Amino acid sequence: MPFLNAMPGAITQGIIWGIMAIGVYLTFKILDVADLSVDGSFATGGAVLVVMVTAGQNLYLAMFCAFLAGCAAGLATGILHTKFGIPAILAGILTQLSLYSINLRIQSDMANLPLSYMNFHYPITLRNITQSLIICAAVAICLIVLLYWFFGTELGHALRVTGSNHSMARANGINTDTNKIIGIVLSNGIVALSGGMLSQYQGFCDVNMGRGAIVIGLAAVIIGDVLLGKIFQNFALKLLATVIGGIIYYIVITLVLNLGMKANDLKLFSAIVVAIFLAIPYWRAQLKQRFHKPQKAVSEAKEVADNA
Amino acid sequence: MLEVKGLYKTFNPGSVNEKKALNGIDLTLNDGDFVTVIGGNGAGKSTMLNMIAGVYPVDAGSITIDGIDVTKLPEHKRAKYLGRVFQDPMMGTAADMWLEENLAVANRRGKFRGFKWAISAKERKEFRELLKELDLGLENRMTTKVGLLSGGQRQAVTLLMAVMNHPKLLLLDEHTAALDPKTAANVLALSDKFIEEEHLTALMVTHNMRDAIAHGNRLIMMNEGRIILDVKGEEKQKLTVEELLGEFAKLSGSEFANDRALLAN
Repeated sequence: MPFLNAMPGAITQGIIWGIMAIGVYLTFKILDVADLSVDGSFATGGAVLVVMVTAGQNLYLAMFCAFLAGCAAGLATGILHTKFGIPAILAGILTQLSLYSINLRIQSDMANLPLSYMNFHYPITLRNITQSLIICAAVAICLIVLLYWFFGTELGHALRVTGSNHSMARANGINTDTNKIIGIVLSNGIVALSGGMLSQYQGFCDVNMGRGAIVIGLAAVIIGDVLLGKIFQNFALKLLATVIGGIIYYIVITLVLNLGMKANDLKLFSAIVVAIFLAIPYWRAQLKQRFHKPQKAVSEAKEVADNA
Repeated sequence: MLEVKGLYKTFNPGSVNEKKALNGIDLTLNDGDFVTVIGGNGAGKSTMLNMIAGVYPVDAGSITIDGIDVTKLPEHKRAKYLGRVFQDPMMGTAADMWLEENLAVANRRGKFRGFKWAISAKERKEFRELLKELDLGLENRMTTKVGLLSGGQRQAVTLLMAVMNHPKLLLLDEHTAALDPKTAANVLALSDKFIEEEHLTALMVTHNMRDAIAHGNRLIMMNEGRIILDVKGEEKQKLTVEELLGEFAKLSGSEFANDRALLAN
């Protein structure tokens, strides 16, 4: 059963991409901004980690620097968006494009760089998948707890209001520009951190490793939301649903690869999966409208009238 | 409390869509003044409020609130002096946040937002008491998403948020226009109550001439970006809708062009 044997690996990868998806969740769901810079900052995280570790730096310092490098990328997007007045999607594309060159510079013009296994035992590695799985899960849980705390603070609320209602935010003294920047910075930091984790896990970094990251991130966010959104109301659980979405996504990918799909077709497959899951809530609403029972409409109208 | 001097604003200058919204507004509000603002469509009522709130930069003129020149302050920095309620009930609250979270956000208007917990237990108790004053049963729905409330409820909540922490100036921009007559009357009564209890200084734009006469201690009428009538005290109490319409025709040389205002009477 090659598929079952591949499960722990699929879950580990799913968690790593799920952590990336938490970064996407912050911009896409909370700030209501589609930030495409993650395709670049994911690879940036990997590049920084591999280059620093290869140069003999401490692994944990390298992880932290990968996070900071992602934050810097987010800062660029945030400033392009708020201070230069560029629409968020375009600002993200500009950062993503420029990061391709920057990532190549970090990797000394090499398209990919290996992590030497010989002189270091990495906590997250293909050579010990069980250990990797446990550590990745622990990182994900720590991150969820930290973010749960952060979004319960005054600053976290300011970020949520910024994403929910601009006019209300400003009328209540919240600087929406600053808060958008903070959100995008934090998001890209998390994305780069997961990029660092992936390059550690697979043993190399590649300038193209982030290509389509936004789509995978969205897939995880949306799969988690569609499948678990109804049960998981709490914010921490919503983040957990995102990670679970990432895991489900990777299990499905592993399954279709095992069924004989060519690896080159994966990106097409990912795009279709995301398109379908994005459409599900819309289709659901449409169906409801078309086939709704008059009885229910009356009781709903009554409820609205009662509330008024 | 509020001093507006020589305020000018033109939208889309130099284009075919050029619109002179404000044409030299001079307005001084004393402490405790409750001023109602009426005028036809495009008279500049909402623009004036938005300029005071800092939504748009001024072309010329100055705005001073309680001795502080706020002319160049961005909107979010002015917010600490102001309480605002918008015409659109959706605009004043964050739909996907809880009721208590919305109130907590408003409670920190003008204060530093750091890593402290966003709602304290003490605040929760205070919010419950405040919500009881609205008499809408909302004190039992503090963890309901605001998006699930009706327009009238949301507007009442926005009003409550606006008067928190005693703003120096309350700006009500046709805040009952989108509500049904009964709910509008409730929200208006609440506005009166808060303004009186808290001794607030307020500017209320309305399209309803009767409301404009019945509420506040002063009435101003605007036309084409200017204040054309300013009545206070007893003189204002004695005004009738017919007199106002007559005044308007005399001062502006045209009929009062606001369908909603005429229909409302």
